[in-house]
Amino acid sequence: MWNLLQIELFKIYKRPRTYIAFLAITAIVLIFQFAFLADGGSYLDLMLQSIKDSFEIEKTKAINGYLMCYIILNTLLVQVPILVALISADSISGEANMGTLRLLVSKPISRQKILFVKFIAAVLFTLLLLIWMAVMALLLSLFMFGADDMLLFRVKGDESQIIQITKDDVMWRYFAAFGYAFVALVVITAISLLLSILAENSIGPIIATVCIVIVCTIVSNINIPVVEKNVKPFLFTSYLVGWKGFFYINTTESGMPIKGSIENWPAIQKSLLILLAHIAVLFSVSVYIFRKKDILS
Amino acid sequence: MYPFYKKLLFLLLSLNCLVQIHCVGQPINELFEKLKKKINAIDNYEADALMKTNVSFLKVPAANVKIYFQKPNQVKIKNEQGISFVPKGIMNMNLSSIINGNNYMVIDAGTEIIKNINVRILKLLPIANHDDGLVLATIYVNEKDLLILKTETTTKENGTYQLELSYGKYSKYGLPDHLIFSFNTKDYKLPKGITFDFDDGANTKKTVEKKQGNMDITFKNYIINKGIPSNVFK
Repeated sequence: MWNLLQIELFKIYKRPRTYIAFLAITAIVLIFQFAFLADGGSYLDLMLQSIKDSFEIEKTKAINGYLMCYIILNTLLVQVPILVALISADSISGEANMGTLRLLVSKPISRQKILFVKFIAAVLFTLLLLIWMAVMALLLSLFMFGADDMLLFRVKGDESQIIQITKDDVMWRYFAAFGYAFVALVVITAISLLLSILAENSIGPIIATVCIVIVCTIVSNINIPVVEKNVKPFLFTSYLVGWKGFFYINTTESGMPIKGSIENWPAIQKSLLILLAHIAVLFSVSVYIFRKKDILS
Repeated sequence: MYPFYKKLLFLLLSLNCLVQIHCVGQPINELFEKLKKKINAIDNYEADALMKTNVSFLKVPAANVKIYFQKPNQVKIKNEQGISFVPKGIMNMNLSSIINGNNYMVIDAGTEIIKNINVRILKLLPIANHDDGLVLATIYVNEKDLLILKTETTTKENGTYQLELSYGKYSKYGLPDHLIFSFNTKDYKLPKGITFDFDDGANTKKTVEKKQGNMDITFKNYIINKGIPSNVFK
């Protein structure tokens, strides 16, 4: 098993497209950081435009590493699944395309095991990508902008809110958020692996994964009651942003944030369980299809 | 006949008003001058304080802040440990800013009881245009201790500010130990579709809009008349 995994990891390591994902994340994060370094005040002006005549705030303190990381993660929401799909959508279809699938499957190893190893390799790639994102978006931002209290701009139902989390209460939330984001991205990995089994070339599953993510994300963000009630709960993309739940701090009756608290932990748990269920179902379906897959034609 | 009676009545009423203003005007002006003298004895101060901001859309923690004042009306709140949202009408938090300037007409508006203390109510009407767009200020004065317990200032552009003060060990300087500064707030609205929030199913019913917010400030200590570095107010 370990040998198989090493082989799969070596394949990923040798594939040039692996590094496209890392380069893309590096480029996006750096562009954001330099843009905010040059004119971060404009972002705050936009977010505070309706109260800028009423309140004063030290913008240089507000634009700090923690806020930067949150903005970057928010923006990368759509891009990272595409990058994850680059590798996992190629897992089986790439072998089929190169004609090595027949050779691989004819080895005395169960198809289940082959698929599991490929899935684990893709999951490890996702984990590495996320760690790289954490290094770039969080650590580099903290280095460039420093650490201070984190401001969060949120629309909760009909209300807009500004939440302030003290700097000593932020880091654990990021660890938790990255953990959650990892599970969310593994769902994408599972989807693209499934699509990879169904295709004979890599482009199809990659594009199909991207399309599924984009369409579901758009539907998840439609604020029409009928869609919100009947469609959203069944879309995995509604739960991809669950990492933000770790930053929704609980408040007292008077609106004072309670340090170390989360507003709705059961909702995060539920989202996490739904995502894990997605992974289990998608992987099971993948195994079922892969076991039945005709490799002779 | 009718216009004559009307003129006579107007004349008598005017005379009555003049007599009343003359009778009570002196003590009120004296009281106001005494207050001004006491408050103007403070040229500057630096204070450590605990600030709690209560605004419906702001979920911000209590902060340990430094408050700087420089006569006549410079006030600065600095939070060295983090970020603070400071209302723009913050100078109305300072008594010196409210009562300074000699261009007021002081009117006696009677008495009232605040926290079991009988207070005199003074209405200050700016005679000339006030720098801060002040339209009317009402101050509630504890005559015995020469302390202002409450103020209401109405401005042209920023609505009404209210100040409630409690005194302790710095009462001899006319500086409060605790104050609640109330101000008008606008609705906070985020531009749509940019936050991609997670719907965690928390109560999403819009609460009753509160158009007023307040800052609750508890002063820990004052450093009085020792000077303030000029860069503080930049």
